[in-house]
Amino acid sequence: MAIDSGTTLSQLSARRRLTNVVASVLVYAAFAVALIPLVWLAWTVVSRGIDRFMVDQTGATNFNLDFLQQSMRGVMGGAIAGGALHAVWGTLLITLTAALISVPIGLLTAVYLVEYGRGRLKRAVTFFVDVMTGIPSIVAGLFAYALAAVVLGPGTKTGFVGAIALSVLMIPVVVRASEEMLRLVPNELREASYALGVPKWLTVIKVVLRTAIAGLATAVTLAIARVIGETAPLLIAVGVADSMNFNIFDGRMMTLPVYIVAEWRKGEAVCNDAAIACLPQITEYRAWAAALTLILIVMALNLVARLISRLFAPKAGR
Amino acid sequence: MSKRIDVNNLNVYYGDFLAVEDVSLSIEPNSVTAFIGPSGCGKSTFLRTLNRMHEVIPGARVEGEVLMDGVNLYSPGIDPVAVRRHVGMVFQRPNPFPTMSIAENVLAGYRLNSKRTSKAEAEEIVETSLRAANLWNEVKDRLDRPGSSLSGGQQQRLCIARAIAIKPDILLMDEPCSALDPISTLAIEDLMHELKENYTIVIVTHNMQQAARVADRTAFFNIAGTGQPGKLIEMNDTRVMFSAPHEKATEDYISGRFG
Repeated sequence: MAIDSGTTLSQLSARRRLTNVVASVLVYAAFAVALIPLVWLAWTVVSRGIDRFMVDQTGATNFNLDFLQQSMRGVMGGAIAGGALHAVWGTLLITLTAALISVPIGLLTAVYLVEYGRGRLKRAVTFFVDVMTGIPSIVAGLFAYALAAVVLGPGTKTGFVGAIALSVLMIPVVVRASEEMLRLVPNELREASYALGVPKWLTVIKVVLRTAIAGLATAVTLAIARVIGETAPLLIAVGVADSMNFNIFDGRMMTLPVYIVAEWRKGEAVCNDAAIACLPQITEYRAWAAALTLILIVMALNLVARLISRLFAPKAGR
Repeated sequence: MSKRIDVNNLNVYYGDFLAVEDVSLSIEPNSVTAFIGPSGCGKSTFLRTLNRMHEVIPGARVEGEVLMDGVNLYSPGIDPVAVRRHVGMVFQRPNPFPTMSIAENVLAGYRLNSKRTSKAEAEEIVETSLRAANLWNEVKDRLDRPGSSLSGGQQQRLCIARAIAIKPDILLMDEPCSALDPISTLAIEDLMHELKENYTIVIVTHNMQQAARVADRTAFFNIAGTGQPGKLIEMNDTRVMFSAPHEKATEDYISGRFG
């Protein structure tokens, strides 16, 4: 006996039609609600971040890129000057160094876990990666600072120490994300390669990693995005600076998140010299402009990862 | 160059579980040998021991010997990677490399092993392998298109071309037609007839008509029940197997009175 007890095929019932409408409305509504904070945030950062770019050193409204061309060296009070060039460089250099440390370690760990790991060691590695994922970023900063104090001397704050702190946070993210990507590679491709008389290590490099490369690029981008906005560990391990410093092994450096904190903390500037164009809210302007810059850098990074994915993705279709 | 295989008292294990028990058989060069039997009887597992693909699975191992022209593939000094260069394999589901073009797929055995070939050599290998796999005429104008752009049957023939491109002595085929339509199946069966001129072919199939059509000799595997090891029940000329099998179990299986 059929489930439908009627003798003819029944019409789509009003009840089912209603359920469909209600479910659709709920799904779209949930999507809209999820979008609200994102759009709101983007709008706030753009509308406030643009202020610093719209005021020039005379106080006139005039679009300029001073903010991306100057450091904070010698900038005092509410002077409409000073930018985040040193912080942009600091962020890029420290994050790049962190990526150079974390990506090889993380990727090799993921390869071990997916392709070679077995038994207790594999379980132990998985466990410690999980534990590392949960480390608060401030603890990573303190760890790197303490490590540097022992190895390089007390009170050492350099970009490299910051990069180590970020690596502690980044490695587990790289491991986790790339592990997922490597598991997505069908086992049939590994077997196809073995059956052609290809040794395992070449199979891993030329088949598994090659097939997963688009996903791995995404994994690395995610990991970088995860650490590029870190503030607390850099505040501890790298400190603050007002001038340019391209040497990650010597001296303090500024980074964008720390720059935001530093500017924000200054509060309203005092304007008492009528001779200089002055703006009490300039510190706030700088903080928002730095936030906008940071978001733009992350977006650019995402675009690059997309491009890599597109270039290397398995070709499909006719 | 085609070679013969002699298997002596082979036991195949997954960890402690004995999957196939005490198989002894001989496979003649330049012939097609079919393995038939119900699901789970260990015929695919046994096939994978012939090129040491079985041990790729963690915990899997074998006891006994497999002789290829008298050389035991399981001698301590033998490199499984080298064995697989002599014994090629085609799998149940077509598995071309998705990141490679048609031509690159054919050359995969060389490229993945970082073996250098001149451009002329490479073109020659691609053409002869694809011709041997009866695929050349269909793809010669689009060799740089991705392998995944082909139909299922074409993909499987591409995988055969890839397997024979490295000039193995023996070609193992694990249910190569089970994912294909009848026309593609026919194309591959015709291909097997041609390939046995140069290779020893061993095929696992669920399709008894297929075994009857393509195989010179047929081996029947069976299993007593779940948890029991699979066994070789009978092996003989295909004609004999399908007309006058010696064992009752074979006859029951072939005539569909099984289970």
